[in-house]
Amino acid sequence: MDNINGKFIDIHGVEMVFHTKKGVFHALREINLTVAKGEFVTLIGHSGCGKSTLLNLIAGLLKPSDGVLLCANREIGGPAPERAVVFQNHSLLPWLTCYENIYLGVERVFGATENRTQLRDRTRAALALVGLTAAEAKRPNEISGGMKQRVGIARALAMEPKVLLMDEPFGALDALTRAHLQDELLKIVAKTESTVVMVTHDVDEAVLLSDRIVMMTNGPAATIGEIVEVKLPRPRDRVTLAQDAQYGAYRTAVLEFLYRKQAHPAREAA
Amino acid sequence: MMSAVAESIMGDNAKPAGVPAASEPLRAAAANEAQVVPAASAAASVKTRSLRKKIIAGGLFMRVVPPLLGVALLVLVWQIIALKTASFPTPWVTLKEAGVMFSDPFYRNSPNDQGIGWNVLASLQRVGMGFGLAALVGIPLGFAIGRVEFLSRMFGPIISLLRPVSPLAWLPIGLLVFKSANPAAIWSIFICSIWPMIINTAVGVQRVPQDYMNVARVLNLSEWKVLTKILFPSVLPYMLTGVRLSIGTAWLVIVAAEMLTGGVGIGFWVWDEWNNLNVPHIIIAIVVIGVVGLVLEQLLVALAKAFTYEQVNN
Repeated sequence: MDNINGKFIDIHGVEMVFHTKKGVFHALREINLTVAKGEFVTLIGHSGCGKSTLLNLIAGLLKPSDGVLLCANREIGGPAPERAVVFQNHSLLPWLTCYENIYLGVERVFGATENRTQLRDRTRAALALVGLTAAEAKRPNEISGGMKQRVGIARALAMEPKVLLMDEPFGALDALTRAHLQDELLKIVAKTESTVVMVTHDVDEAVLLSDRIVMMTNGPAATIGEIVEVKLPRPRDRVTLAQDAQYGAYRTAVLEFLYRKQAHPAREAA
Repeated sequence: MMSAVAESIMGDNAKPAGVPAASEPLRAAAANEAQVVPAASAAASVKTRSLRKKIIAGGLFMRVVPPLLGVALLVLVWQIIALKTASFPTPWVTLKEAGVMFSDPFYRNSPNDQGIGWNVLASLQRVGMGFGLAALVGIPLGFAIGRVEFLSRMFGPIISLLRPVSPLAWLPIGLLVFKSANPAAIWSIFICSIWPMIINTAVGVQRVPQDYMNVARVLNLSEWKVLTKILFPSVLPYMLTGVRLSIGTAWLVIVAAEMLTGGVGIGFWVWDEWNNLNVPHIIIAIVVIGVVGLVLEQLLVALAKAFTYEQVNN
């Protein structure tokens, strides 16, 4: 049991090669990573380092060229609601209301075992969790970017996934909205005890949210460079942490890796 | 710009005075006012109102005067031609003839002598049948072609080859197979309507954003749910464009097809009146054909607007 919990997600010797029109592109090499149950892991690296590719592999949206990915000791063969994805551009269906967007997933996961009232309650609960009860009848184009992303998170959480996969979920939002949603995410994750793998390019976001920060080397043939374990106590508060020496040290460690050891690929080329 | 003005006219009725209507030029005007005199909001609202009146008056002018001038020019040219050519009726004669004709559009003296209303209805019925059959076949086929690459490669060359063929070239085949004029005309409509519907539906299916398909994969939706909740709503605007193109072509083709097949119908009627050398009737028929085509087009544009969803960006 401990073994399963310690290696809830087990990525072993994964290679990813894309066959494009321009030829073969070796995106990822020798990826070995385990994620424990209830752990919050962020993947960070410069653009083009394959962090989204790695996330898509865990999601099952891509198949590895070599190696194995396990989730709860079962091989990841394709996408499944147990590994819910929050997409960067939220990907809500514009012709459905917020409620219907969430209901679509709820119905798929629980429709076989629960009745309509239970499904409705689940959908409402998910909306309440992200504080959007008032917007349930609105279409995505009638709400703000931050609200859309919250609906995306609610849709993922409503399916009670084993793992929550987030691909730069706050990347397109302004700084204030982003901070607000990060705080909300921290609360939600504490409440639901979710296992989360999140792709980000924001150092502060990574340190604030993660238990471990997985730093990736530059592509092509990117791999895991270093892993920083963030031992800050929870609940974390961004204002107090701003003064915290330990927080600063973690931040410096990540910055050091990104800008010293793995200088930006564009600068390297120049 | 026209629609923005129309909106502002409606907005005026719906909203209390002083509240800027939701149209870009007016909102901009109101914003400028607010900057100039932040304190004197009453004065600002009076000024906004007078500005709005100016814009609406300008809009009305642009909406009414140029189209009227265009029609007047056409009538003038027509009058000059009529004066120079003995066999060509003047606008006034034609108008009088139209008055007589439209006073009783639904008379029936013999199969070959019926009111213009019956003729238009007969043509519309043929278009409706050919077009409906084409939609029944073309839209599902378009979905299949868009979704399955094998089918797309299989039917692609055939569609490319047959699409440029004039629908009238298919009329003899229809006559041969159905041995009757009416189904043959419907067949021509079917053939000309089906290509835009297949192609637009297929393109729509292929252009469904990958994000939506990823959502479908992550939620593990059934094929039926993918079809009803993602593919169909996403393809609908493309499909309606196909339908709109089809009905335009169908209305063009039916007139020509009926000239060849005879019977009842606006196309046959034009030909019949040519044989009677009744030129005013031909001119009236041309106008009627134009008006019906315009109405069909506008109906479908309205339909397409109602079902087009804004693509959601961040």
